[in-house]
Amino acid sequence: MSSHPHSPAEDHASTADTHAAHGTYASYLTGFALSALLTAIAFGVAMMPLLSRTATILVVTAVGLVQICVQNFYFMHLTHRSERWNFISFFFTVLIIAILVGGSLWIMFHLNRNMMM
Amino acid sequence: MQIEIDRPGEYSMRARNAHAHNDDRESTSTTVFGFWIYLMTDAMLFATIFVTYAVVFTNTAGGAGPAELFELPFVAVETALLLVSSTTFGFSMIAARAENKAATLAWLGLTFALGAGFLGMEMHEFGGLIAEGHGPDRSAFLSGFFTLVGTHGLHVASGLVWILVMAGQVVAHGFSETIMRRMMCLSLFWHFLDVVWICVFSIVYLLGVILNV
Repeated sequence: MSSHPHSPAEDHASTADTHAAHGTYASYLTGFALSALLTAIAFGVAMMPLLSRTATILVVTAVGLVQICVQNFYFMHLTHRSERWNFISFFFTVLIIAILVGGSLWIMFHLNRNMMM
Repeated sequence: MQIEIDRPGEYSMRARNAHAHNDDRESTSTTVFGFWIYLMTDAMLFATIFVTYAVVFTNTAGGAGPAELFELPFVAVETALLLVSSTTFGFSMIAARAENKAATLAWLGLTFALGAGFLGMEMHEFGGLIAEGHGPDRSAFLSGFFTLVGTHGLHVASGLVWILVMAGQVVAHGFSETIMRRMMCLSLFWHFLDVVWICVFSIVYLLGVILNV
């Protein structure tokens, strides 16, 4: 602290208002509880023969996507209000990943099917 | 703490401090945003190796597939370690904002231990697979598996080193603007690794086993 001319209180205030969105114990615990629940559902349906194969695949995928959103919100504090450009760059990344993953799977599975014939 | 005497034509001490202060804040939000952009590009890197795994995972070259090789209860424990460590890092961040050095270090230490436990389990799994002849050179499926899970593991290992360095810096320098900026970047990195792990356990392990049966 000695190298900083301002007081610790000012230091704290500045970091506090630079990043409006912070976690509290409650928000981290909420994020943890929701993530644990969603993880338990995913492992549960995968390990126990409760659902049909297609339903199992859909449930695992859906709770995975929901858990990504939960952690982005409760752990990374990604909201459109807190850091606008973080939010925009996140959606750009989602778009690129969708093109990359969707495009690759589409091409490779068609190629596989055509080559097998 | 008056070291310099104000000279005409220069900022007063107070004005200069205020200016430096604004620069600090500017540089904190810019640095954290820059780090966020790095994480987004890292997400694209992971997406590339995820889709590679998805394309090749059925190509087992006559060897064992996901259903035979993966033990889901083991993976559930790894998942729990990483999820709890993400939460304890959050608590460390809260302690750092309250400028509580002992609590910050204690939570960082717990985060490190959980992360090291996760990495130890992963190394144990890799070692077991390789010892039984299911190494990355066995099939396209195993090459894809080791590349993807190994890249995530390498990130976790870097995160562990960073946590150690960060703890040392907190001990040495307390909670200056610079230290808080580094803490924010590290917290984003650590939470990001847990988000990537959600994709790993869902796609590689759970869907791998479901689709392989």
